[in-house]
Amino acid sequence: MVAVTKLRAADRHGEHMASLESIISVRGINKVYPGQVHALKDVDLDFPAGALTTLLGPSGCGKTTLLKIIAGLLEPNTGDVLVKGRKVTAPGPERAFVFQDFALLPWATVLRNVGFGLELRGMAETKRNEIARRYIDQVGLSGFEDKYPHELSGGMRQRVGLARALAVDADVLLLDEPFSAVDEQNRRKFQEDLLRLREIERKTFIFVTHSIEEAVYLSDRIVLLSRRPGRVSQVITPQIDRSGSPEEIRRDRAYLDTVEEIWQGLRQFVD
Amino acid sequence: MDARLEDPVAAQMAAQPGEAAHSRRQNLWWRLASIALFFGAWEIAGRVPINLAFPTFSATVAAFFEMVGDGTMLKAYGLTLQPLIVGIVLSAVIGVSTGVAMGLRKSVEWMVAPVFIVLQAAPVAAVIPMVTFVYGIGLTAKVISVCLLALPVIVLNSYKAVANVNPSLVAMCRSFLGSPWQQIVKIILPDASPVIFAGLRLGIGAGFVGIILAELLITPTGIGDLITYHRAVANYAHMYAAIASIIAFSALTLSGLQWVEENWVRPEKRGS
Ligand SMILES: Nc1ncnc2c1ncn2[C@@H]1O[C@H](COP(=O)(O)OP(=O)(O)OP(=O)(O)O)[C@@H](O)[C@H]1O
Ligand SMILES: [Mg+2]
Repeated sequence: MVAVTKLRAADRHGEHMASLESIISVRGINKVYPGQVHALKDVDLDFPAGALTTLLGPSGCGKTTLLKIIAGLLEPNTGDVLVKGRKVTAPGPERAFVFQDFALLPWATVLRNVGFGLELRGMAETKRNEIARRYIDQVGLSGFEDKYPHELSGGMRQRVGLARALAVDADVLLLDEPFSAVDEQNRRKFQEDLLRLREIERKTFIFVTHSIEEAVYLSDRIVLLSRRPGRVSQVITPQIDRSGSPEEIRRDRAYLDTVEEIWQGLRQFVD
Repeated sequence: MDARLEDPVAAQMAAQPGEAAHSRRQNLWWRLASIALFFGAWEIAGRVPINLAFPTFSATVAAFFEMVGDGTMLKAYGLTLQPLIVGIVLSAVIGVSTGVAMGLRKSVEWMVAPVFIVLQAAPVAAVIPMVTFVYGIGLTAKVISVCLLALPVIVLNSYKAVANVNPSLVAMCRSFLGSPWQQIVKIILPDASPVIFAGLRLGIGAGFVGIILAELLITPTGIGDLITYHRAVANYAHMYAAIASIIAFSALTLSGLQWVEENWVRPEKRGS
């Protein structure tokens, strides 16, 4: 049961209809880096509220570039980013970023790092620490509040990055390959935690990865980007029953079919 | 998902605070041993003697206490410290702010970087007589000598520190809606601080060189005068006591700076 939408000019119209419930839309994005590197070409996408959408594509196709443009950290050459229908050009309180390299303050404790987004907003210390403690607990790091980042493992550092993004209570979480610097064991555990977090937090996730299995395991929607210049080549909506255990999900027929489907779609980009 | 129970790395880390204290104590031991070894070798070399002008360690210590007792040491330090402190404080304030401004703004970088690069390469000892020529032999000339030696390294280190700040932390600050001011105060300065402090340590060390050079080359005052005078009258133990005391004083000042950095600015570096 895999619904595949080939995005041709003809059915862009359908995407527009869907944008009614979409919290973020990008329209006609082009990004050319200095030196004529055409990273993104005519990207139109809608990200439905409450869904986890994955950006998947070959290395160097512009996934990070697209995510940073959505975050407002990078300016596109042409095109707009709309958040809840309003055009944005800078970071905003509705979006929070989880960085691939964690981007934690080495001189600050876990507690201060998690509350840092709130600190920048001028929230009083007692109040932001209370909120930070709640999210530290939620990502499974209670007891580590007073540790410094260099005292933590890679997996734990990324949990700090996630907690910091959760603490500012944004509607949309942008995650750039959050597990790429984490070992396989922690990666799987983190994936399960992320699924569980989605149940409680009811947020919109936009997630970059280059693991097909990870994308299928986690996502409601998977956007396949073509090789550079990156453009949307397919949007896949896996229909996977996630009520079972992680092992059951990974053996599920729909899961395996979707992985195969994506592999077929991506094969054209492999030499 | 209880990370405390499942993560072996975490369990290992719980054991670490005690270990850190242990290695700190051991560190201190090694330092004391190295100092004792050095003084022992000095004593033996003085007794051999390798040179008639080379006093033993014990004679030097005795001379030191004699000069502390009769007040000459205190008076000398009073004279030396005044231009030294003024010069170092000026160099630190001007140097760090200039360097940070250079790192933040290309226009400032282009305007002032060449001056300090040339100054750092220049054999400043050759310039000091010229300073005397222009500013006479008073406090100003000595403060300028200290600044000439201390400023370039402080400026250039602060500049390099800011230019090499982790761009990912800056992006993080922007994405969590930090203002440009917060970006400087909460990200750039703390991230740059280890290299800025390294520059300050080098700069203060150079400032000590500057003040002693000035006291030897401009007019004999303070510690420079003690050294010159006791050499002239062949009181070598006293001369060495003056030299050793200024070296020790400089080393203590630099340790104090490191303590400030580790306890107030970058607490995560403590004990590592
Ligand atoms: N600052 C930059 N200047 C010039 N070219 C850049 C810059 N940043 C990225 N690029 C180029 O743009 C293209 C897209 O980069 P991007 O980082 O978005 O790719 P990606 O899909 O995230 O790749 P990966 O899977 O390796 O992380 C790449 O070819 C890259 O070399
Ligand atoms: Mg990337």
